[in-house]
Amino acid sequence: MSSVVVSAQSVGKRYTIGHRAVDRAPTLRDALVKGAGRVVRASSDILQGRAVVAGDETEDFWALKDVSFEIQAGDIVGLVGRNGAGKSTLLKILSRITDPSCGRIEIVGRVASLLEVGTGFHQELTGRENIFLNGAILGMSRAEIRGKFDEIVDFAGIDRFLDTPVKRYSNGMYVRLAFAVAAHLDPDVLIVDEVLTVGDADFQRKGLAKIQEAARAGRTVILVSHNMGVTTALCKSAIWLDGGLLRQVGPAAEVTRGYMMETTTLQGQFMSSLEGDAGRSFRVLDVQIRDAGGDVRRTFSCDESISVVIDYFVRRSVPHLRGCMEILREDDVLVMVSDSMDREHNALSALQEGHGTIRIRIPERTLSPGDYRVSLNFSGAGGLPDQDIDCPGHVAGFSLDDHLTPRGNARGGFFSSRLDWTSDCEV
Amino acid sequence: MGEVRFPSTSTARFGHVSGRGADGSASAFRAQKQRVVLEPGRADRTYWSDLWSYRELFLILAWRDVAVQYRQTIVGVAWAIIRPLLTMVVFTAVFGDLARLPSEGETPYAIMVMAGMLPWFLISTSLTNASNSLVMNSSLISKVYFPRLIVPVACSAVALIDFIVSSVVLIGLMIASGFAPAWQILFLPACLLLAIVAGLGTGLVFAALNVRYRDFRIIVPFLMQLGLFASPVGFSSSLIPEPFRLIYSLNPAVGVIDGFRWCLLGGQADIYWPGFLISSAVSLLLFWAGVRIFRATERTFADVI
Repeated sequence: MSSVVVSAQSVGKRYTIGHRAVDRAPTLRDALVKGAGRVVRASSDILQGRAVVAGDETEDFWALKDVSFEIQAGDIVGLVGRNGAGKSTLLKILSRITDPSCGRIEIVGRVASLLEVGTGFHQELTGRENIFLNGAILGMSRAEIRGKFDEIVDFAGIDRFLDTPVKRYSNGMYVRLAFAVAAHLDPDVLIVDEVLTVGDADFQRKGLAKIQEAARAGRTVILVSHNMGVTTALCKSAIWLDGGLLRQVGPAAEVTRGYMMETTTLQGQFMSSLEGDAGRSFRVLDVQIRDAGGDVRRTFSCDESISVVIDYFVRRSVPHLRGCMEILREDDVLVMVSDSMDREHNALSALQEGHGTIRIRIPERTLSPGDYRVSLNFSGAGGLPDQDIDCPGHVAGFSLDDHLTPRGNARGGFFSSRLDWTSDCEV
Repeated sequence: MGEVRFPSTSTARFGHVSGRGADGSASAFRAQKQRVVLEPGRADRTYWSDLWSYRELFLILAWRDVAVQYRQTIVGVAWAIIRPLLTMVVFTAVFGDLARLPSEGETPYAIMVMAGMLPWFLISTSLTNASNSLVMNSSLISKVYFPRLIVPVACSAVALIDFIVSSVVLIGLMIASGFAPAWQILFLPACLLLAIVAGLGTGLVFAALNVRYRDFRIIVPFLMQLGLFASPVGFSSSLIPEPFRLIYSLNPAVGVIDGFRWCLLGGQADIYWPGFLISSAVSLLLFWAGVRIFRATERTFADVI
């Protein structure tokens, strides 16, 4: 029995941006000053006989346009697309945070999203109190929470600290509790955004387990991931958004193949189109792969160091910002993961507001010759995925050639480090 | 090789996934599924029924704000008592003893000041809390859907609890000076409601403006400071000369404070009915306008905040 759970008919979302988004008056004082400026300009226009065009300082931007699709009950649907393609906007509309500007969506049953993990947790309140608070925020009734309370506590494994304020919790406990509440929501439609690529392995495992479990119980899952491997493995079908338009809907394998063919042809550079995310606290504007001399290149020698250079913009400072870079081989095998918390000092933990650059240096002789793709993800405190922080995913690619060793490009394997070979016959 | 390959971290454990929660019992209460339709302007039509269906969230948020405020019980309770108490002492000294202004009838000056101080703090606290509420809860608003009106209204619950705690001071004063209210006290709940309407109505306007223009945060405390002296808190409103009394009553706090004094001070306080009615009308008008403005801007909060 398959019935339609989500049906979208020519859904569109319009944001008014342009001049207003750039210098939208953040304070009343600015607004007054700007208002005065507008009056002066308008009156000088009139004096010079020019037509005063209403709304000349704004322009419309369609984050989503004419998107239609249907999702069957029990489906796992992947939502793919580049950053700024409208994925977040679609999720926001589905979870009712913002209204569509046109079109119509019908959803049968309760929608919950794992991007809300930990939303509304209050530092001063105890674990017990936060379970009720968070549950209510996610749409559970008190009776429902009471019924699942023991299960949630058990799942999170925090029973000894139930009456301790969560501000004294360790990061891990905090995440476990937050996740436990969300995991017991039993929604009809579950929206999962990026949990698979952010956070520690345990969190990833639980995220995946939750998806599989939900699917087994006949629920519908909408999964947003930049990891095409996971998308293809888990999803029956996929939706590909491109520049706010629906590019392709169909079987997951087919859609992801098309999407990957397009993204991997990007020449070392990341096409940034982040208009839809202008409100985020942390935004990734551009990512390039550069050589030691600072030139953007696509192909490198194994014997030179490579820098992944990220241009960012911080609108509001994000405490404990954490970055994670994955390097994947052409065939989607994960080769290397680097975390900004690998070193004792997390360089991202206190970024100043404004524009800046993050550099990740991959030393020479690290990876084997071949083609690689770089995936970047960022998270806030607790390693939780956060809608307020850009998670660009696959951003760039590069190739490595080995010119200096006899084995050269025929090396194979993962690494090209030169190891020391010694024998007791030498000195 | 038709098999799909994916990163090892996420796939190696596929086999270990437990079947927790995937029971058949879920289907029982799944029979009555709600159908949600999302389209432009849809939220407007279902707004009030939505508000009702989110009443549990309202209760929990109100409880959260009160719990956090009174978590360090000593500080929370002390603050609700010390603030009006000290202000009352200063006002009584300045207006009553130094300026020798008349009280309401035979009422001790301190009691008269306190009877005006309580509703004033109720109004100003609910107004201030409501106007900051959206910005304070921005992470909620940008991530979860619920009728936004819940947030500022839940905040005024804290003001109400503060009011109840502070009224201990007035009760103490009354017992100490052997002053008993008369039958008029029966109308106190109505005045209480009027105070909340006045504070919340204005607070809703400021809350919406606060999201748009962040410097309203600075303006609100300043307005409240002005209001403390512009409203008849430290003196009786009967001191205002007759020709100006109607205009003076345009301040919604005037009606609320006069109403409180009439309720609490027995027959001692004469109420100026035309002024009271105008003031109450202004309060209701502000509340109506507040809800309208809030509703009109609410849809864009998530995009702006």
